[in-house]
Amino acid sequence: MDKNNLKNIPKDLFVPLVRKEDTSEKISAPSRTFFQDAKRTLFSNKPAVFSMILILFIIIMSIVGPWMNNYGSDEQDLKRAKMPPRVPAFENVSWLGMNGTLSGTFQGKDVQQASAKAKARFDNKEEFIDLEVINKGDGTRNSAEVKATYRIYEAKDMKDTYFWFGSDALGRDQWTRLWEGTRVSLIIAFVAALLDLVIGVSYGGISAFYGGRVDNIMQRIAEILVGIPNLVIILLMMLVLKPGIISIVIALSITGWIGMSRIVRGEVLKLKNQEFVLASRTLGTSNGTIIRKHLVPNISGIIIINTMFSVPGAIFFEAFLSFIGLGIVPPDASLGSLIDLGFDNLRLYPYMLVFPAIVISVLMIAFNIVGDGLRDAFDPKMHK
Amino acid sequence: MSKLLEVKDLKVSFNTYNGEVHAVRGVTFDLNKGETLAIVGESGSGKSVTSNAIMRLLPEPHGFIKEGQILLEGVDLAKKTSKEMQKIRGKDISMVFQDPMSSLNPTMKIGYQIMEGLMKHQNMSKTEARKTALELLTLVGIPRPDVRINQYPHQFSGGMRQRVVVAIALACNPKILIADEPTTALDVTIQAQILELMKSIQQKTDSAIIFITHDLGVVANVADRVAVMYAGKIVEIGTVDDIFYNPKHPYTWGLIGSMPTLDSSDEELFAIPGSPPNMLTPPVGDAFAPRNHFALEIDTVMEPPMFKVSDTHYAATWLLHPDAPKIEPPAAVKHRMQGFAQTGTKGGGKR
Amino acid sequence: MTREKLLEVKNLQKHFAVGKKNTIKAVDGVSFDIFKGETFGLVGESGCGKSTTGRTIIRLYDATGGEVKFNGEDVHGRKNKSELLKFNRKMQMIFQDPSSSLNPRMTVLDIIAEGLDVHKLVKNEAERKQKVEELLESVGLNKEHATRFPHEFSGGQRQRIGIARALAVDPEFIIADEPISALDVSIQAQVVNLLKKLQKERGLTYLFIAHDLSMVKYISDRIGVMYMGNLVELAESDELYNNPIHPYTKSLLSAIPLPDPRYERARKRIAYDPTVHGTDGDFELREVVPGHFVRCTAKEFERYQNEQK
Repeated sequence: MDKNNLKNIPKDLFVPLVRKEDTSEKISAPSRTFFQDAKRTLFSNKPAVFSMILILFIIIMSIVGPWMNNYGSDEQDLKRAKMPPRVPAFENVSWLGMNGTLSGTFQGKDVQQASAKAKARFDNKEEFIDLEVINKGDGTRNSAEVKATYRIYEAKDMKDTYFWFGSDALGRDQWTRLWEGTRVSLIIAFVAALLDLVIGVSYGGISAFYGGRVDNIMQRIAEILVGIPNLVIILLMMLVLKPGIISIVIALSITGWIGMSRIVRGEVLKLKNQEFVLASRTLGTSNGTIIRKHLVPNISGIIIINTMFSVPGAIFFEAFLSFIGLGIVPPDASLGSLIDLGFDNLRLYPYMLVFPAIVISVLMIAFNIVGDGLRDAFDPKMHK
Repeated sequence: MSKLLEVKDLKVSFNTYNGEVHAVRGVTFDLNKGETLAIVGESGSGKSVTSNAIMRLLPEPHGFIKEGQILLEGVDLAKKTSKEMQKIRGKDISMVFQDPMSSLNPTMKIGYQIMEGLMKHQNMSKTEARKTALELLTLVGIPRPDVRINQYPHQFSGGMRQRVVVAIALACNPKILIADEPTTALDVTIQAQILELMKSIQQKTDSAIIFITHDLGVVANVADRVAVMYAGKIVEIGTVDDIFYNPKHPYTWGLIGSMPTLDSSDEELFAIPGSPPNMLTPPVGDAFAPRNHFALEIDTVMEPPMFKVSDTHYAATWLLHPDAPKIEPPAAVKHRMQGFAQTGTKGGGKR
Repeated sequence: MTREKLLEVKNLQKHFAVGKKNTIKAVDGVSFDIFKGETFGLVGESGCGKSTTGRTIIRLYDATGGEVKFNGEDVHGRKNKSELLKFNRKMQMIFQDPSSSLNPRMTVLDIIAEGLDVHKLVKNEAERKQKVEELLESVGLNKEHATRFPHEFSGGQRQRIGIARALAVDPEFIIADEPISALDVSIQAQVVNLLKKLQKERGLTYLFIAHDLSMVKYISDRIGVMYMGNLVELAESDELYNNPIHPYTKSLLSAIPLPDPRYERARKRIAYDPTVHGTDGDFELREVVPGHFVRCTAKEFERYQNEQK
């Protein structure tokens, strides 16, 4: 600042400041609770929001999906087995693969041989097969190529029938089965996660809060449980219980809660010696109130995050069990059992695998992204 | 005295979720060879950020030097690349941190931690480096250095650990040693030992020290010159006698007045009311005005410039403007300006 | 003037088990009295057991041995719930770390009202709110702060909220466990001034635990110096500062830097060598000068007494 400028300051400014109000203790920032902050951080995270919408959509579809057409999930009819997907609006969009036709390219010595192969593949119903010659061939082996499109719905005289996602090897509607399967998978995942939460939080909480000998004994028990491979437990359980939702849930939660209990124990151990807990003790607050008012709210974030991550784990584990034949057995469907069935027909009828595979992948990725988003949201360092 | 380090109008900001935090808002000071400059201020006043900026240890890219120069013997450190800074750190400028436990690597023998810098910056061989490390440990007053050199940090007490940290910082004979609250985590008796150590080493090596602290007692003990920081600015700078016996800025008055004297049990401490400002939105005018008993109308309009009190003493308060009303420091502060020790009932001499 | 004893601590011990065989004797036989209306300062270096002493007195830890009497009643030992609650109302604590002493998920209103809720001191929500606002005002905050969360406050403000929480149950005795160590100098003065003001207004008795000797001297009437789990010296604060007898106290006092450069240039530090006491003999707290106790052997006691003449 130059000298002249300093001299030009009006003298009447050099009087003691008259304070209108005492502002020295004022807090200028707006008041926000921790959860409001967390919510704001979460909702500004676009991938997480998009994933939440996706999960919500899948959940809604798993409820209303099966009612959107008239097929039941176990209406078998071999006459209409293995029908390709056919959706009214997309019938004329050939690249979507939802126009109700089967197609394939066939090779032969010449066009005729290739065409014959195509016809043999598609029930010899020539009038419903459109042939398109891709390569005329020169007489050598497999040099000619023919693309055949089989209008199977017409061939089977089901012009007004639509299997949106096709039908499976027993003629059941895949759309209905897919959403029912998703529902079963989600129920298993949520119930398992909920059991993990209840058992894990109470076990870990009690172990850490009471400490000492209680903690010692409880942790040894948990270590023994963790030591047993859970596939062995499941195999044994399947001998005793009937395969189904309940047995999978039991199998999943028999050891699944240990991860949660360890995290909760660590957090409670850290928190219980914090000065605000000690202060509450000196006020004479009872243990129950301390747990309810001081401990649980402070670990709720980490519990929510951990539950969010255990849901996709449970979905995957259920799919794995069903896939190897230990989980949900037909006629009930789950994403795992649908993938198992689709896998058998992968080469000829890929749509049977594609749809459940897409749903399970989307679910897993979306839950993980939401979980990551929640972790950021509950990290106080992320909102300043 | 030659100027070793010149910091000119340094501004440092941090980008956060809520916007830009103006942590340092134009800091200017020099550091001469062989002297100790103490930077005092409350937490959040920007004193540690200033030193981290000099070391270029800001958490880039969130924290960055917005403006200004940091001239080390005429070379601007603010423009160095991080590769070039690696050569300067530890060699020309080194740092001692607050917590002696976390500034040592618990899995490495302390001997190796001292030797590391020597081998890297001064291309010493392993045997040479070991010899120097032993000398350094002796210098910082660690008994039986030949045994201690092969031990791990957990085998040392807090005070001994801080001595090792000082030894590491001194390993390459730095021109400047920045000590960021080096004794805050230590007990008074250990603190006194470390302060004595730093003073005796400074006499031997003639390096300059920037000493960051909030403890005025420590400042009086170690400093040659003192810079008082508030809300990202230096509000008063001068020799240690200027600051303690002739303070001009109301904030400095507040700091001195808030320390109890030995016979002051009856009077109330002269406390500074309120809390430091939020640096996300620095106030218009003087940042200290809302907490200042002696604020003028102009404080709410315009930031005060640095007024010269003497050749060594500058202060940024409108009270020094020729047009300002004459305001005497409060009685409690005047009393302290006579000297704390003389105020004791039997005189401090007996202690 | 005969003074009424509010708190009597007799041979208090607190040992912590480390592993199967080792124990740490954090507090190893500490005895002192605190009179009604006074401030008793307890100083010492980190790890000397001063915080453990405070926490054991208020029953955060169970004592290994010894006796604590409050208003003549034994604090430790078996008690039923209502006796405990009564005791909790009379004795309160202020904690060191303002960042961890308030539950981050609770509003200031709920934090301060916790004691009111536990002891059912208010009848309805309106009275609860009014009481909290009064408390906020008495610690220099205003009622708009009641709806906010701890993280919105600065360290000094949080410490004052902690004080308000302790005051909510109208205690007679407050243990302040390093209440200013984590605060900036200017804020320390605010808190200390507040504690003094509250003491005057409400007739409180304090046990003030700290390692900052100059502040302890300022606020305390009497001071006890702790070293390695023992009380080594106890005296009126002026007496302790001007006439320290125990070598450890001397060394501690000589190490404090004062904000006075001229004094600092002249200050000489005295180092403490624990071997001066010798290994033999019965260490005991003995009254060298009336009201001035020093932990020493019988031989040392004679020497100290001669020195004082």
